[in-house]
Amino acid sequence: MQHPALPTRRAALAGGLALVASFAFASAAHAAGTTLLNVSYDVARELYKEIDPAFQRAWKQQTGEDVTVNQSHGGSSKQARAVIDGLDADVVTMNQSSDIDAIARARLISEDWAKRLPNNSAPTTSVTVILVRKGNPKGIRDWPDLAKAGTSVVIPNPKITGNGRYTYVAAWGSAIKAGATPAQARELVQKIFANVPVFDGGGRAATTTFAQRDIGDALCTFESEVNLIKAEFGDHFDVVYPKSTILAENPVAVIDKVVDRKGTRKQAEGFLKFLWSDEAQEIAARHQIRPRSPQLLARYAKDFPKVQTFTIDEMFGGWTKAQKEHFDDGAIYDQILARK
Amino acid sequence: MSAAAAVVAAPPHVAAVPPRVSEATTEPAWVRRSLIAVALVFLTLFLFVPLVAVFAEALKKGLDVYLAAIVEPDALSAIRLTLVAAAISVPLNCAFGVAAAWAIAKFDFRGKNLLLTLIDLPFSVSPVIAGLIFVLVFGLQGWLGGWLRDHDLKIIFALPGIVIATIFITFPFVARELIPLMQAQGVEQEEAARVLGASGWQIFRRVTLPNVRWALLYGVILCNARAMGEFGAVSVVSGHIRGQTNTMPLHIEILYNEYQFAAAFAVASLLAGLALLTLALKVVVERRVAAQAEVTRR
Amino acid sequence: MLLSRALLKRHSVLPGFDLALGFTLLYLSCIVLVPLSAAFLKTFTLTWPAFWDAVTAPRVVAAYRLTFGASLAAALANAVFGLVVCWVLVRYEFPGRRIVDALVDLPFALPTAVAGIALTALYSGNGWIGSLLPVKVSFTPVGVWVALTFIGLPFVVRTLQPVLEDLQREIEEAAAILGATRLQTFRRVILPIVTPALLTGFALAFARALGEYGSVIFIAGNLPMVSEIVPLLIITKLEQFDIPGATAIAVVMLVASFVLLLAINGLQAWTRARQGR
Repeated sequence: MQHPALPTRRAALAGGLALVASFAFASAAHAAGTTLLNVSYDVARELYKEIDPAFQRAWKQQTGEDVTVNQSHGGSSKQARAVIDGLDADVVTMNQSSDIDAIARARLISEDWAKRLPNNSAPTTSVTVILVRKGNPKGIRDWPDLAKAGTSVVIPNPKITGNGRYTYVAAWGSAIKAGATPAQARELVQKIFANVPVFDGGGRAATTTFAQRDIGDALCTFESEVNLIKAEFGDHFDVVYPKSTILAENPVAVIDKVVDRKGTRKQAEGFLKFLWSDEAQEIAARHQIRPRSPQLLARYAKDFPKVQTFTIDEMFGGWTKAQKEHFDDGAIYDQILARK
Repeated sequence: MSAAAAVVAAPPHVAAVPPRVSEATTEPAWVRRSLIAVALVFLTLFLFVPLVAVFAEALKKGLDVYLAAIVEPDALSAIRLTLVAAAISVPLNCAFGVAAAWAIAKFDFRGKNLLLTLIDLPFSVSPVIAGLIFVLVFGLQGWLGGWLRDHDLKIIFALPGIVIATIFITFPFVARELIPLMQAQGVEQEEAARVLGASGWQIFRRVTLPNVRWALLYGVILCNARAMGEFGAVSVVSGHIRGQTNTMPLHIEILYNEYQFAAAFAVASLLAGLALLTLALKVVVERRVAAQAEVTRR
Repeated sequence: MLLSRALLKRHSVLPGFDLALGFTLLYLSCIVLVPLSAAFLKTFTLTWPAFWDAVTAPRVVAAYRLTFGASLAAALANAVFGLVVCWVLVRYEFPGRRIVDALVDLPFALPTAVAGIALTALYSGNGWIGSLLPVKVSFTPVGVWVALTFIGLPFVVRTLQPVLEDLQREIEEAAAILGATRLQTFRRVILPIVTPALLTGFALAFARALGEYGSVIFIAGNLPMVSEIVPLLIITKLEQFDIPGATAIAVVMLVASFVLLLAINGLQAWTRARQGR
């Protein structure tokens, strides 16, 4: 039987495959110079879109070398998990030290990573704030208002997002700071989380739920997200700074095992040092992320209202302890949820 | 033949025109109309509106935003990666499908039923689990992780990992399409060719393949559609490196997470368009099958 | 050669058995069997009590309830409406019938993530459909049910279609001659004939819904104990660095799917036996 269609079809298929293959190889052609992979957390996308090219320019000026920085973003624990499983990160820029501690436990960096750079290796910080609908119809001023019956608040899943965990400790810590007992703080947190209609898997997803899907009366997120939300979704929101809140430090680290193998230690450490430079700190300030430099904080004072903050070390004895007591399986957070 | 195969294989059917029927076997007109209404409402709510929504949301901010979203560098590399992953997995699964179908349909051996069930397995495994198992095998903490690291080979969080996950998910499609057909066709023609002195490859190329080419094509089409659209398994093994290890479905998720909804739906509309193309191709293939069946009957 | 001698039940003149089967087994092992065994082996590092705790924690049980419950409800909806849709497509003529018939396969071809974001947008409070409904759909178990119904839609329709098309009119005419009303004919003649196919389609839609992730993850509320699906739980455990816990739950799902698969195959065999094939 003659099947004229068959050879033509085969040829077309082969041709198509060849085309696709050449596509693939073309794209695999190496960029000149070194490439760094920066594995970062969810809401840092816009920040690094600006910082990476700035670093490229500064590094070229400083050393005459070409360097490219690739980015990967996701929920902070998810990213740490990926690095442990072999994602070849040269540097990690997280929003929670416990995630980097987990990488240290997997022996990819040394245990004392935090001491290698100033400020506990955290070049920037942020605070957890409350975003409400324009005009603040529910009159939300502070954490206890979120615990009231009939108020719904959107918080991303504390089990898998730094954003969610920070909100939890912010509420708890603020109660303690106001003089409550741990039992009362626990009750406050329980009531707040009972008012959450949906636990998204990332800070961004939670914002979409609140701002686009019109779910919830309030959203707990980082201060750094506020301007972006207003820009993206219009000026339909007001920011509420509670009486006290958590100071979220954004730690960064070089992954020793990876940079030593790839020979990129110089560039990786250079990248991290760059984050403390005036240029990078100003970029952070423009993205509403609190820089460490006091001059810049003063210059952008209107973006960074004064608010009473506490750190995880002060209130909870560090993230490792907080993780074990509150967020591990069967710990306080799980117990709170089970009793809902 | 397992039931999963039945659905994958069952089309090519032809949406036949209902034959002329007598009054005794037809429902009253009001019953007919209400049933049609119920069916259409159900399909509208669950099928048509979502499809329309994809295109509507994509064009919400205008045509230039739509086009800008598609030619943006990260989107282009996502499209490239999706095409490459599909271009590698589909031919491999095709080769496997043909080999498996040959062994299963033309020979009688012990353990055939077990083999059939095993081939069906990826159909029933959750994509998340599919991704997880490859991390367990190829990840740094997994079985081969250390060895791969020492030899500077990257599987997970790189293209090979994505390809392997895609192969797993689309594993059964071609095989399950070919097996029932080849079983139904029997071995007489092949045996006749053998008697006439043809070698194995000649038998395959000139007797078997022409008989199953439309089913093969259909299996390849389905396999390709699934490969390009796979999300869960690839999400676990991808690493989400912008511009490098994000396929189109992952890129859609990224755009969604950056509040660029029109852009997300723009890229999604490309995949939706591919789905529609797949369905159109399927209708064409069915017509050919029916035509061929007609020829055979005559 | 080796495989031929060991396994073939009848001698065959056709060549290529060893090559074909050998390649098949190799491919199958590398891609499917070995990686799947990794999940089981990882789980075996847990002691029995630890395993039991991991898979019977209240949150996990709540997730099973949602996943199995919503999948069952979605499969049922597809069984009922799928029958109607199939009947309408096979028996009636109406404008656009061919297009509708082709579009039934859309859930097969459309990527799950695309379906997910589209359905979420549609059924949320300010979406096209969601704003018209009195009930909240997105981010509730109802939303999960909607997504799973979408996913399973083609299964029932496509499994029923060949059976309905092959249904001989003579049987219905005989029933009519014997005095049955149309409804009686449907209930007592047609329905029993299509029931095996209906069951098979239902079981397939159910199996597919169990593992579904991409389309559900956007529309589910992910509220622990309320709207958290099992695949999400697996990912959550992974991100808490609890690998054995994740694989434990995965193993439970794998076993459940495998049992379901066996049941489906058994159902098919029973169907074939009943129809005398």
